[in-house]
Amino acid sequence: MLSFIARSGVQKIITLFFVSVISFLVIHLAPGEPSQVNPLNPKFTPEMVERFRKQFHLDQPLHIQYGYFYRDLFTGKTVSWKDHEPVLKKVWDRFKNSFWLFLVGTVLTWTLAFPIGIRSAIFRGGPYDRGVTFLSYFLISIPGFFFAYILIILVVNAFHVPVIGMETFGLGRIPWYRDLMDRTWHLLLPSLLGATGGIAVLSRYVRSQMLEVENQDYVRTARAKGVPEEQVHYKHALRNALLPFVTMFGLILPGLIGGSVIIESIFSWPGMGRMAYEAILARDYPIVLTENFIAAVLVLIGTFVSDVLYMVVDPRIRL
Amino acid sequence: MIEMEMDKPSMESPLVPRESRWHGFWRLFRRNKLSFLGLVIFILFFFTAVAGLVLTSGSNPFFDPAMVRLEEKLRPPLSAPRESLSSQAVPRLGLYLLGTDELGRDVFARMMQGAWVSLTVGFVAVGIAVLVGILLGGVSGYYGQNAVTADHLITAALIIIGMGLLAAKAMTSGVLLLIIGGLSSIFFQGWKKRRADAGWTKILWIRTISIDTLIMRFVDIMLCFPSFFLILTVVALLPASIYNIMIIIGLTSWMGTTRFVRAEFLSLREQDFVTAAHALGVSSGRIIFRHMIPNAIAPVLVSATIGIASAILTEAGLSFLGLGVPPPHATWGNILSDGKNYIFDAPWLTFIPGIAILIVVLSFNLFGEGLRDAMNPRLRERS
Repeated sequence: MLSFIARSGVQKIITLFFVSVISFLVIHLAPGEPSQVNPLNPKFTPEMVERFRKQFHLDQPLHIQYGYFYRDLFTGKTVSWKDHEPVLKKVWDRFKNSFWLFLVGTVLTWTLAFPIGIRSAIFRGGPYDRGVTFLSYFLISIPGFFFAYILIILVVNAFHVPVIGMETFGLGRIPWYRDLMDRTWHLLLPSLLGATGGIAVLSRYVRSQMLEVENQDYVRTARAKGVPEEQVHYKHALRNALLPFVTMFGLILPGLIGGSVIIESIFSWPGMGRMAYEAILARDYPIVLTENFIAAVLVLIGTFVSDVLYMVVDPRIRL
Repeated sequence: MIEMEMDKPSMESPLVPRESRWHGFWRLFRRNKLSFLGLVIFILFFFTAVAGLVLTSGSNPFFDPAMVRLEEKLRPPLSAPRESLSSQAVPRLGLYLLGTDELGRDVFARMMQGAWVSLTVGFVAVGIAVLVGILLGGVSGYYGQNAVTADHLITAALIIIGMGLLAAKAMTSGVLLLIIGGLSSIFFQGWKKRRADAGWTKILWIRTISIDTLIMRFVDIMLCFPSFFLILTVVALLPASIYNIMIIIGLTSWMGTTRFVRAEFLSLREQDFVTAAHALGVSSGRIIFRHMIPNAIAPVLVSATIGIASAILTEAGLSFLGLGVPPPHATWGNILSDGKNYIFDAPWLTFIPGIAILIVVLSFNLFGEGLRDAMNPRLRERS
């Protein structure tokens, strides 16, 4: 166990190093330079550009820039090129906003996918199963932004509540319960949208796992012994079907940062995905690289956690 | 020669299965109504897209997607053009089948133009991904045990540094290093043959890591990038063009195929028919292309079909964010993106492209799922 942790730690650090090199190269070898973003701006005189380049080491060779960048990142001194604010602080502010979306979305996904998938496995081939199957293909195939607009129209027309942004602007001093309601309404739609794809995929997976287990001999034995149907499904079958899902807990971590760009832009949600998108458009490389680095760390931690969980729940696995 | 013997009618013995593999597959596939519907929609979409390309391109297209009629803006679907419109500006069909947008352009013509973009993005991107996936997965599965030796590393380092110098506009030294790199690989090859075990040169043949490890670690590295984020970064930095988008979507989605193909190859190369082919002296290339790839292609096809669906969605998402194909060329994503500002006045501008994307992506997903079920040997035996 210890040796596995050590080995995989070393491996992940090497992977992380290459990720940092590749992302750095991709960004810096692309045509165009951040100092030339706005040549029409009268404030951008050649001296300004020169000072800008010097300040952010853009006049140095690439490998030295790489060294400077990651030294600053690890000592927490990286600043945004646009407003000279510390990047880590900006990321942390946005992270707090994204986190709620992520949390509610994940909870929705995991609480809804299991009952749906289990029910469809138990009533395999029936109208419920076929309906859910088609619905999940529908949800996987619908473009997120299109679905978002449909939901916005529905919710705004049916309930007359504002849904754009994190809270209604200019409410002034209101009692805490109204503030809470307001925030909940704003949170509901984007997190539901973020969860739809996950619910569709995960419930299909739950269904196939359940079907796999229901065909096993020990389930038949349980039935033959006269165990009530409920107990067969939930005690004998479900507990064994759950095994692969434990490992998926690790893999939801990266969802914290990727995949939310479009939803966050539609709902004007000041989260990490939208910040990355804005930073890419503004060529604010430190923010782009920092977010990329964090995303890679999350992926690696996620796979590590899932490996360890797999070992813990399944004693047959020896890594 | 062996194949010629196999083809002789002597095989008409009771051993021949009653129905060919293709027939069995087709029968199973047709039983699944939804995926059959998916195939039908996919064929319809294909012809629509080809017709769209033919009818909307050229200097005087049949349906003009770029004609601006400012007095006719935001007309609902199926409305007839006004009398006052000049005869050139009247749409070919005599009415706006799918309405007009905020500049009075015919949405039907624009949808036809956009269909081709969706189709090519889907197919080219997935084509690239599948090619890279089969190549890397095949090499990793078939030649995986071979090790990378130190001389390979020297050559690779020379070539990479040379290319880096070229990218950094240091032409002479870059070209020089590339040539040295190329020559060194030939030189090392020759040297290895003549005196492989001589003194200090042993250092050059030290086995570092296996090819399999190398490729799989590269896959791990690529999987660390959040894919939409990476695509967004590269698309935003490169000049906007449809080809860049196809290539980038392709180059960021080959990892799954690589893993599939590698796993298939690892199990196939241990099987008897491959050993038999080896024993008969069939060359490696022929074993790979004639014997192993046809056996490993089924799961790749399934994941490619579903990959097309997700590539179309990704392109639509990029267009929606304004990073897709540059205007005035229409794509389904940017019709929807332009239309969202008029969502209450002109809902058809949002709903028509949205539903079109939904139907096409759904058809690919259903078709892919049907393929997977029909190719599943367990299902085939049961029926």
